[in-house]
Amino acid sequence: MRRLLFLLPLLLLVALAAGVGAKLLSGSDPQALPSALIDKPLPTFDLAALPGRSDGLASTDFGGKPMLLNVFASWCVPCLAEHPVITRLGQEDGIPVLAINYKDKPEDALAWLKRNGDPYRRIGADADGRTAIDLGVYGVPETFVIDKAGRIRYRHPGPLTPDLVDREIRPLLAELAK
Amino acid sequence: MNWRSILAGLLLAVAVAVPAGAIEPQEQLADPALEARARTISQELRCLVCQNESIDDSNADLARDLRRIVRERLTAGDSDDQVIGFITARYGDYVLLRPPLRAGTLVLWFGPVVLLFAAIALLILRRRRRPAETPPLSEEENRRLARLLDEESAP
Repeated sequence: MRRLLFLLPLLLLVALAAGVGAKLLSGSDPQALPSALIDKPLPTFDLAALPGRSDGLASTDFGGKPMLLNVFASWCVPCLAEHPVITRLGQEDGIPVLAINYKDKPEDALAWLKRNGDPYRRIGADADGRTAIDLGVYGVPETFVIDKAGRIRYRHPGPLTPDLVDREIRPLLAELAK
Repeated sequence: MNWRSILAGLLLAVAVAVPAGAIEPQEQLADPALEARARTISQELRCLVCQNESIDDSNADLARDLRRIVRERLTAGDSDDQVIGFITARYGDYVLLRPPLRAGTLVLWFGPVVLLFAAIALLILRRRRRPAETPPLSEEENRRLARLLDEESAP
């Protein structure tokens, strides 16, 4: 046994490489931060609608059934990348997707929605970004899952991918719908 | 002007220089005491966009918004702890550049010290376990040794 001890450093190195490799290949973003608001009720907010629209977004719009809250902006490129994924969640899964339009020019936001399609049930305009800060948002896009009771159950910083939706969001929504 | 006064001037400039941060003049509070507190708090808070800078150093939009919030809370009469609490309630302990001491961060704070002492203890143990110096040869062994040497030197 003692004679094999010389292999220990090599084994340690292999274990370290396996650990680093697994983390690397898992596709998780090492810079993504956990939300401090998980399992807490949505902070109170009441955002105005985009001009020409009647539906703003308030924290009281949530609850009753699981919903998604998506923070987006027309100037945000990853938002465009995740747009089809969000649209599919709204249409195929029938999940209400509500949105906060973060630090955007209203006319830009409206043009963006017209060009790319509008998957959102309601949109609130967060012109100064204060509501986003209350939500702990540190970049757009971010997506939250809000449960029936209006509590935040999940937050993903960065664009949603089909893989992530299958792996994390759909199972959570199915569980919350029970 | 001789080299002595040039050097003195340079040293003075370095001594008086304060890190400027990313803060812009219009962001600053009129009250110097309040502004100083705001600067101290801002230097303790991590910019979440760049993740290795304080919000005092960062030019990111979010860092500017957070600097503004720090100053608003201070003007509204919050204590330093209340301001930091306001930010951590939203962004978690990760925004603190100096992590707080609590159950979850014990390893972070004391892990290195524990490792160091474990290594020292291991070294001492190994040293103790090392066998004592080889005992001197006995009479019998000495005679055998002499014999062997004789044989070897003989042709």
